[in-house]
Amino acid sequence: MENLLQQLLNGVTWGSIYALIALGYTMVYGVLRLINFAHGEVYMMGAMSGFYTAHWLGFARAPSVTGLVVVLVASMLVCGLLGAAIERIAYRPLRGAGRLAPLITAIGVSLLLQNAGQLVFGADPKFFPPLLQSHEVFRAGEVAVSNIQLTVLVTALLLMGALEYIVQRTRFGRAMRAVSYDAPAAALMGVPVDRVISGTFVLGSMLAAAAGILVGLSNPKIDPLMGLMPGLKAFVAAVLGGIGSVPGAMVGGLLLGVIETLVTGYLSSTYRDAIAFVILVVILLFRPTGLFGAPTTEKV
Amino acid sequence: MSGASLARIGALLLALAALQWLAPLALNPYYVTILARIGIAITAAVSLQLVNGFTGQFSIGHAGFMALGAYSSAAFSVYLGAAVLDSLGGGGLVRLVYFPFPLICGGLVAALAGLVVAVPALRLRGDYLAIATLGAGEIIRIAILNIDAVGGARGFSLASSAYPSVDLRFDSLAGVYGVAVLTIAAIARLVYSGGGLAFRAVREDEIAAESLGVPTTRVKVEAFLVSSFFAGVAGALFAHTEGYIHTNSFSFVRSFELVAFVVLGGLGSLSGAVLAATVLTALPEVLRGLGEWRMILYSLLLITTMIVRPQGLLGQRELLPLPWSAHRGARRAGRGAA
Repeated sequence: MENLLQQLLNGVTWGSIYALIALGYTMVYGVLRLINFAHGEVYMMGAMSGFYTAHWLGFARAPSVTGLVVVLVASMLVCGLLGAAIERIAYRPLRGAGRLAPLITAIGVSLLLQNAGQLVFGADPKFFPPLLQSHEVFRAGEVAVSNIQLTVLVTALLLMGALEYIVQRTRFGRAMRAVSYDAPAAALMGVPVDRVISGTFVLGSMLAAAAGILVGLSNPKIDPLMGLMPGLKAFVAAVLGGIGSVPGAMVGGLLLGVIETLVTGYLSSTYRDAIAFVILVVILLFRPTGLFGAPTTEKV
Repeated sequence: MSGASLARIGALLLALAALQWLAPLALNPYYVTILARIGIAITAAVSLQLVNGFTGQFSIGHAGFMALGAYSSAAFSVYLGAAVLDSLGGGGLVRLVYFPFPLICGGLVAALAGLVVAVPALRLRGDYLAIATLGAGEIIRIAILNIDAVGGARGFSLASSAYPSVDLRFDSLAGVYGVAVLTIAAIARLVYSGGGLAFRAVREDEIAAESLGVPTTRVKVEAFLVSSFFAGVAGALFAHTEGYIHTNSFSFVRSFELVAFVVLGGLGSLSGAVLAATVLTALPEVLRGLGEWRMILYSLLLITTMIVRPQGLLGQRELLPLPWSAHRGARRAGRGAA
C-alpha cells in the first residue's frame, strides 16, 4: 500500500512535467491545427539554457531558492524567444499552404535543434547543477516526499494556474480562444491573428522550458537528444486529454505519468515506452477526441 | 507484349546488369552501400506515397511496417533459409532463386500487420489517423525489442549459429534496384489505372467519393495493405543488405524521414518520391566533408525547400511520362478534379 502511494506520488511528479510540455502541443494545435514536432526540442533547450545560466551566474556552486527562480525565469525567457523565432521563421511563411508543409518544417526544426545542440553543447550527457539540496521534507510510514518533488509539483501547479488565468481572464487569452475557435472570423473581428499565434508559441515554449528545468532538478542527466521521447509522449498526453483542450493536457499529462510509473513499478520497465502508445491507440479507437475534446461533426 | 515494351524491359535489365557489375568496379564499397540504401529508401518512399500522396490518408508510422518486414525476413533466413541454402550448396543460382522468398515473407507479414492496423484505424480521420499510425509504429518497434528470438535489445545479426558458413547477406545492387523498379511499376499501374482513380477520389473528397459509390473504406484498406507490403519488402531488403538490424533503425524518426520524402517530393507524385528519397538519402553522405555541420545544413535545406516549395519539389506532376501508366487520360481527369 505504501509502495503504491509512493509510486503514485512519483507518477504525479513525473506527470506534471508531461503536462507542462503537453500544454504547448495542445495550445499550438488549438490555434494552428499544427502538430509542432519541434516542441520536444524546445524542452531540451530549456534544460540546456538552465544549465548554462546556472553556471554563468554561479548558482551551480551555491544552491539556493533564489538561484532556482532566476534560472527558471531566464530559461523561460530564452525559450519564449526561441518559440517565437521558430514560429516566425519556419511556420508563418507556410500559413495557408496546407497543413503538411509546416509538419515537415517542424520535423526540420526538430532535427536542426538536435544537431545544433550536439554541435554547440556536445553530444555527451551533462549533469544539471543541483540547484536544491535534496532532502526529505515529509514522511508518512514508508512514503517519503522530497523537497525536489514538492518543488516540481508546486511549480507546475503555479504555472498551470497562471496559464489558466491567462487563457480565461485576459484579453490575450480571449483572443487565443477566439482564434482557436474560428481563426478567419476572429481576424474579421479585429483579432491580430498572427500576433496571437506568436504569443501562443511564446507561452507554450515557456512552459516547456520550465519542464526542462524541473526535469533537470529531479533527473539531472541532460543531453541534446533528451527531448525526443518525452516530447512524443507529452504529445500522447495531449491527445489523451483531448488535443486543443488546456485542462485536457493537464489531466492527460498527469494520467500518463501515473500510468507509466505504475507500469514500471509493477509490470516491466521494458514495456514502459510501449504503454504510452497502447493508451494512445486505445483512446483513439474508443474516444478519438480524448477525455476533454468536443466531438466534431463534418458538414457536407 | 509490344516490341516497344520489350525493348524497354531489355534496356532496364541491361541497366541493372551494368549497375551490378560496373558500380563495384568504379566505386568503393562505401558508395555501393549508399547506392543500396538509396534504392531501399526509394522503395519505402514510393510505398508510402500510395497511402499519403494518392489516397490522402496520413500515415506517420511506416517504419513499423519496415521493421516487421526486416525482422520477419531476417528470422526466415536465419531459422529456415540457412538450412535450405546449406543443403543446396549455396551456389550463385541457388541464392538468386532463394532471395525473393525472404523478401516476400517480409512483405506478407508487414501486409498482415497493415491490415490489422488499417481496419480499426481507418475509422479515424486526418490528424487522428496520423497519430494512431505513429502509435502503432512505436508499439510494433517496442514489441520487437522485447522478443528474444530476434535478438531483443542486442539487435539481430543475419548469421545462423547452426550454419555459420552460410552467407545470408544479399548485397546485390541489381537486386535492390530491381525490387525498387518493380515497386514503382506496381504502384504506378495501381494508381494510374482506371480503378486507381478511386484512390485519388478518396483523397480529393471522401464524402463525395462515397456518394458516387466508391467503397471508400475498402479503397483505404487496400492502399494500406499494398503500401505496408512494399514497406515490408523494403525492410527485408534493408535487413539482407546490411546483415545486421536493430530496432533503433525503425523508430518514429525513420517514419518522419519517410514522410519527409513524400511531402518534399510532392504528395501524389511517384517520381517526386523517388527524387526526394534519392536526394535526402544521398545528401548527408555528400555533406560528410562538413563533419558536424552536415546534419545542420541538411535540416536547414529541408526547411528552406519546404518554405520555397510548399507543394513539394514536383507537386503532383510526374517527371517522366511513366511508360507503364498508359492511362494518361485518367491522370489528367484526376488532376482536373483537384
